[in-house]
Amino acid sequence: MAIEVMKVGIVSCSGEEIPGGTCSRLSCRKVLDDLRPGETVTICLPLFIAGGKEEREFAAKYPTITVDGCEKRCAQRVTERLSGKPSRSLVIPEILAKRGLATPKDRRRLSSPEDKAAVEAVAEEIAKAVGEVLEEE
Amino acid sequence: MARKPKKVVVLPCSGIGKTFGSVAREATYELVDKLRPGVAVTTCLPLLVIDDPEAVRLVRDNPVITIDGCPNDCARKSVEAAGGKPAQSLRAINFYKAHKDLKPEGIAELNEAGQKLSEVAAGELCPLIDELAAQEDE
Repeated sequence: MAIEVMKVGIVSCSGEEIPGGTCSRLSCRKVLDDLRPGETVTICLPLFIAGGKEEREFAAKYPTITVDGCEKRCAQRVTERLSGKPSRSLVIPEILAKRGLATPKDRRRLSSPEDKAAVEAVAEEIAKAVGEVLEEE
Repeated sequence: MARKPKKVVVLPCSGIGKTFGSVAREATYELVDKLRPGVAVTTCLPLLVIDDPEAVRLVRDNPVITIDGCPNDCARKSVEAAGGKPAQSLRAINFYKAHKDLKPEGIAELNEAGQKLSEVAAGELCPLIDELAAQEDE
């Protein structure tokens, strides 16, 4: 009998215009690829509009964590409006402030040690939230 | 007197799951930051999805080029859903089809060929940017 492994959906702000968006994308990829592979899946945020029923059922199918790069909270708002209530909603400036880290300044390359520390910190928080959600489920 | 928009909006795919999405985004940054700063601008695609008034006005009032990373065409559809009409809707894979020697790999970080492909794509888009900006200035 196959054992179905519960997975957590990660919805990232894409934020092309702001450094927080780039931090979000890189942190989420780190969780998907390195920290929680096999336990996480993702969906491109605009697919809630551009996709079909299957895409809009994402938050019903998976407990979901949204990750936003700024206070406009696009990922959280779009997920709530078009798919379902997220299990956790993380906002990068809040995570970095809590850890005493600076918000990255460049929107294209996050290559300085400070920027890498920010990406790492956000990824750790997402991975921690994934663990909590999996325990709850 | 005719209104004179000064910007050409370049909107890439905003996905975090596909290499060609990253090519689209890098090509956009190349245009906005290096090749046509001040003329080419971008915004966050999800802002259109939440109906952010400033982002919606930007794509309604200015010529828009969308560069999508997969056949779902999220960038184009998001602009259309916001009431804009892209002047050109492109797919990043077509730049690769024209430059098969530059095979992009990676998502979070593109390989050297992917980076080069993004730069080539941006360069090829400059005449279109200039044309659209000139039309709007007339």
